[in-house]
Amino acid sequence: MSSSLEKTGVPSMEELEKSHGFPSRERLMKGPVAVIECLQEIPCNPCVKACPLGAIKVETLISLPELDENKCVGCGSCIPNCPGLAIFLVDYNFSEDEALISFPYEFLPSPEVGSIVDATDRSGKAITKGRVIKVLKNKKYDNTEIISIAVLKKYANEVRGIAIPKGGK
Amino acid sequence: MQVTDIAIIGSGPAGLGAAIETLKLGAKVTLIEENAEIGGQLFKQTHKFFGSYENYAGIRGFDIGKRLLQSIEKEDIKIHLNTTAYDIIGKEIGILEDNKIKWIKAKKIIFSCGASEKVIYFPGWTLPGVMGAGGAQTLVNIHRVLPGKRFLMIGSGNVGLVFSYQLLHAGAEVVAVVEALPKIGGYGVHAAKICRAGVPIMTSHTIKEAQGSDKVEAATIMAIDKNWCPIPGTEKTFKTDVICLAVGLRPNIELPLSVGCETMYLSALGGRVPIHDENMETTLRGVYVAGDTAGVEEADTAIDEGRLAGIAAAEELGYLAKGEAEKLKLNIQINLNDLRSGPFGIHRKAAKQQLLQKATSLRRNSG
Repeated sequence: MSSSLEKTGVPSMEELEKSHGFPSRERLMKGPVAVIECLQEIPCNPCVKACPLGAIKVETLISLPELDENKCVGCGSCIPNCPGLAIFLVDYNFSEDEALISFPYEFLPSPEVGSIVDATDRSGKAITKGRVIKVLKNKKYDNTEIISIAVLKKYANEVRGIAIPKGGK
Repeated sequence: MQVTDIAIIGSGPAGLGAAIETLKLGAKVTLIEENAEIGGQLFKQTHKFFGSYENYAGIRGFDIGKRLLQSIEKEDIKIHLNTTAYDIIGKEIGILEDNKIKWIKAKKIIFSCGASEKVIYFPGWTLPGVMGAGGAQTLVNIHRVLPGKRFLMIGSGNVGLVFSYQLLHAGAEVVAVVEALPKIGGYGVHAAKICRAGVPIMTSHTIKEAQGSDKVEAATIMAIDKNWCPIPGTEKTFKTDVICLAVGLRPNIELPLSVGCETMYLSALGGRVPIHDENMETTLRGVYVAGDTAGVEEADTAIDEGRLAGIAAAEELGYLAKGEAEKLKLNIQINLNDLRSGPFGIHRKAAKQQLLQKATSLRRNSG
């Protein structure tokens, strides 16, 4: 049987929660933490080196990343260093009713801080509105930006991006 | 006649890998490239590469290409651009350069000639607007020409997935990625990335036909069952002006065949492949293959195979002692072994093993 990721390109919550890169619900509730959505054994390991706290382990080059959710403080260093753009950051306690979702972004123009955007799920569908809180650009990130948007808490496990500009670059 | 130690035909990642190692060891190297620039397909790749952080992981493909070029640009190497190697007799290579025929005499030859795109046939497939994904990718990323506005991608291997992402960057729309198999062929992270950008991937689907009077205007796809039979009533028609075929690659083996290298059919490597040993040497002594010509794989494995072939050829010519060569080759082989691990690499690893066994038995029989 093919997994949801293999069949559609969209991983299911069940697949993700089973993986060792996905933090537990308890940890998610505690504050900013990395969410690694890497489900296939491909030869890759830059996330290990990216983490200043040694919270990501990849046993051999093809092993799946394991997140030590107690070591992870949610700094986000791993986000632009994942070649697969598969690492996100979720801060469930951003405000009383909002969670902050940070994700890698490689389209132009980048959204403006403060603007209201269509927040999209893993299939690209706009499911709610988000408020752009941060746009991090850094030469070291090599044209991958880190965008942070605030969305209602109930969407914290679903929102993983924003609608890309039509005819964008 | 121009004389050289090692002639490398094709300057993609495999050819550059071979050039870097052979130059480092002091050999006289001639590089023959049919295109206007060296670097092959690497310069079309905009995504960050996977692999180990000790090698090229996290660096975008075209930047890896630039690094490879930098490591040979100060070296004494003879490069023939816009030049076709059209015939080989023994170790003499006939080339066509500036519309003139010339011959190069080499002691060793490394074929790193890449691969060609496969196609599938369907009603309307000859309409302008149906093109190979790799060809379209060259148009967009090298020549900066976007051949349409709305693309339909046939095939979900890494080429189809990666190029779909690049098309979004170029301002085009990708209406869908269609895959006949029940699962996506390429890496899940590439697939997930274009899904997040709103491109649907439809597995167990195939193209029924392309429509249009003098160019592609629409395409109809439909679902297929587990016996690959179309399911009536599942047709969907998309307005589209380009249909890209990303349905696989096959090794370019014309030149190795012309000199008499023996081949073997291995579907995991894209088709018929010159039989080669752990030094990338074919069934002909002094003739090597590397990269997609030696079996379609990834750019990172191609670089390593080129390096292996280069070291082996230089060793045979006496540019380094056997013990030293073994050490260098072992490191590369360990790396290749890692890159061929996991569900995506394991079939290629097994196929390479079959080639090695065949090469060994042929050599034993010939004494």
